[in-house]
Amino acid sequence: MSPNEDVDWDAIVRDPRFIVLHRRKSWFLFGLMAFSVLYYFLLPIGAAYYQPFFKIRVWGVINVGLLFALSEFVAAWAIAWVYARRAGREFDPLAAAIAGQYAGKP
Amino acid sequence: MNGSGSMNYRWLTFTVFATVIAMTMYVTYLASKRVRSASDFYTAGGAVSGLQNGWAIAGDYLSAASFLGIAGLISLYGYDGFMYSVGFLMAYITVLLLIAEPCRNIGRYTLTDILAYRNDPKKTRIAGAFSVITVSTIYLTAQMVGGGVLVKTLIGIDYETSVIFVGILMLAYVLFGGMVATTWVQIIKAVLLVVASFVIVALVWAPYGFSLPGFLSDVVSDPKIQARVAALLGDPAKSMTGAELGQRFLEPGLYLKAPIDQISLGMALVFGTAGLPHIMMRFFTVASAQAARRSVLWAMVIIGGFYVLTLILGFGAAKHVGPANIAAVDAGGNMAGPLLAQYIGGGANSLMGNFLLAFVSAVAFATIVAVVAGLVLAAASAMAHDLYVGVIHAGRPVPPAAQIKAARIATVIVGTLSIAIGIAAKGQNVAVLVGLAFAVAASANFPCILLTLYWKRCNTNGVVLGMLVGTLTAIGLTLVSPNLTYPKAVKAAAHKILATQVTKRAATTDAKELVALDRTIAKAHADLKRWENIETSFMGLEAPLWQLKNPGIISIPLGFLAVIFGSLLFRDRRAEQMWNEIYVRQNTGIGRSKMADH
Repeated sequence: MSPNEDVDWDAIVRDPRFIVLHRRKSWFLFGLMAFSVLYYFLLPIGAAYYQPFFKIRVWGVINVGLLFALSEFVAAWAIAWVYARRAGREFDPLAAAIAGQYAGKP
Repeated sequence: MNGSGSMNYRWLTFTVFATVIAMTMYVTYLASKRVRSASDFYTAGGAVSGLQNGWAIAGDYLSAASFLGIAGLISLYGYDGFMYSVGFLMAYITVLLLIAEPCRNIGRYTLTDILAYRNDPKKTRIAGAFSVITVSTIYLTAQMVGGGVLVKTLIGIDYETSVIFVGILMLAYVLFGGMVATTWVQIIKAVLLVVASFVIVALVWAPYGFSLPGFLSDVVSDPKIQARVAALLGDPAKSMTGAELGQRFLEPGLYLKAPIDQISLGMALVFGTAGLPHIMMRFFTVASAQAARRSVLWAMVIIGGFYVLTLILGFGAAKHVGPANIAAVDAGGNMAGPLLAQYIGGGANSLMGNFLLAFVSAVAFATIVAVVAGLVLAAASAMAHDLYVGVIHAGRPVPPAAQIKAARIATVIVGTLSIAIGIAAKGQNVAVLVGLAFAVAASANFPCILLTLYWKRCNTNGVVLGMLVGTLTAIGLTLVSPNLTYPKAVKAAAHKILATQVTKRAATTDAKELVALDRTIAKAHADLKRWENIETSFMGLEAPLWQLKNPGIISIPLGFLAVIFGSLLFRDRRAEQMWNEIYVRQNTGIGRSKMADH
């Protein structure tokens, strides 16, 4: 299947560095995912059930609903940026170190 | 009729179209020299950069439905149309956080590779290929139908010829250039699309000094838009002032009326994108998980930037062209963008207006061809790589020459089928088909991939059951939903129109209003005639069995439950033993297929 059949997967799973990587990554990823799903669904829920609030005008003719929809774009980009930064600074080097030791090359 | 352009400028339309097509053909010619192996054909040899792939993902994703459809929805229904834009971008968070990188680390050519890695390869490949081909075919049908209608409206050749033309062009790209050409066609198209949108938005917005409240206050005070809102609201509008009607255009609820339906649609969008085989396939074209991450980030910048612009495009079209005029050319509003381009350039009789119309139309055309090419490639890879190489030749090595031959034969089969289906599906509702494709992807592919990657106990039986349950419930619920045409309701509505509008027509003297009334009355007569002797929907129902347009809220949880129950009821030792390996691989990238790994 692959050129690395001889890699000892079970040993990596027991490696403390992998356990740390996995724990940090899981918490971070699923936390961020839960936040973005929640934030996104506030839009259809608000548009459906909280229309009086969405209709409040705040900036000229622009209302809360429109601002909230625009804020979703900012939120999406911010989430992506936060993830990319953490992954690049923390997860990638950890993964590369593990890969370097067990597979010879990353 | 000959489209919306003026007859005097048809040469211009053809020149612009020919230039765009020639450009993509030249790229295909260059690409064809680089396609030597199955890896080149399916994944461009894994040599696409993160930035290039980001543009290609945007090119793959901004289909005719989202590019023309959303600007159209905003121009006809205001705020609700913009909610689609948000969902389409938010979907990429799921892709970025959970799917893109692990998929790159484990898969090789297809989505099914990931499932087959842990589970029984034969069974999962059959189940996976079934779902991939289903999703791709539904999406493909939507694009073909949309493309046929669009080309017909834009340049005036008839529907069947348009579909055949789109099909042959797409076959040429995929067959000769494989993923290399498909990627470049998608990149070119995405760049053209973004440039065109920026130019139009700049021209529309500049008079207001790029002030959003300034632009929108002009939108809400427009009498054409106020009249549209009054028509949408019916009786309650009578007690509202013009300013209130205009303001209503910026508020939710003109298009999406059932609250649960909005949430259901949101679920299908946000989780479905992560299960679309042609989007997934794009992650195999880059060299590493880091490049896959970069491609999603670029895609989010491009796709998000474009969807923010739809706000100005949609409201600009509503203000300058007018919702009634947009709906008159195409009831779904798909022509809002092109018509706005024509207006901004100076109108129907100006050179610049017709040039911009032709340019936007050519981009729309390239959009359809590029998206269709990506879909055909995804479906062909499921047939050739998963079924032919993975199942029929299970375990035995297939020589590279035979693999690429199988890929090309599968491409011809899928391409020819797509032309036939496109012609047969004439008149189908494009938005419904796209919604269904997202729903199946979210209910079958997404739970299977997610649980295979992140749940230790997930196994073959769970995946097979999940694929079946997810696909069948999503399709089944759609077939009994209000999306289908129910002749009884159509006829009742037509009778109602005739009862009120004929008297209204007799009392009207305004010439413009007469034309509009005549059109409504003629449509009601046509509806009555078309459904004269038919009482039930395609499924034999007089009325829908349930009231939601999108099945996601039921079928997505069912898909997850099916995977979980299937896995827990029937244990599979191999899938559990493989867990450590798949888990380490997806997190570290050890042993992923490399560029040279043909």
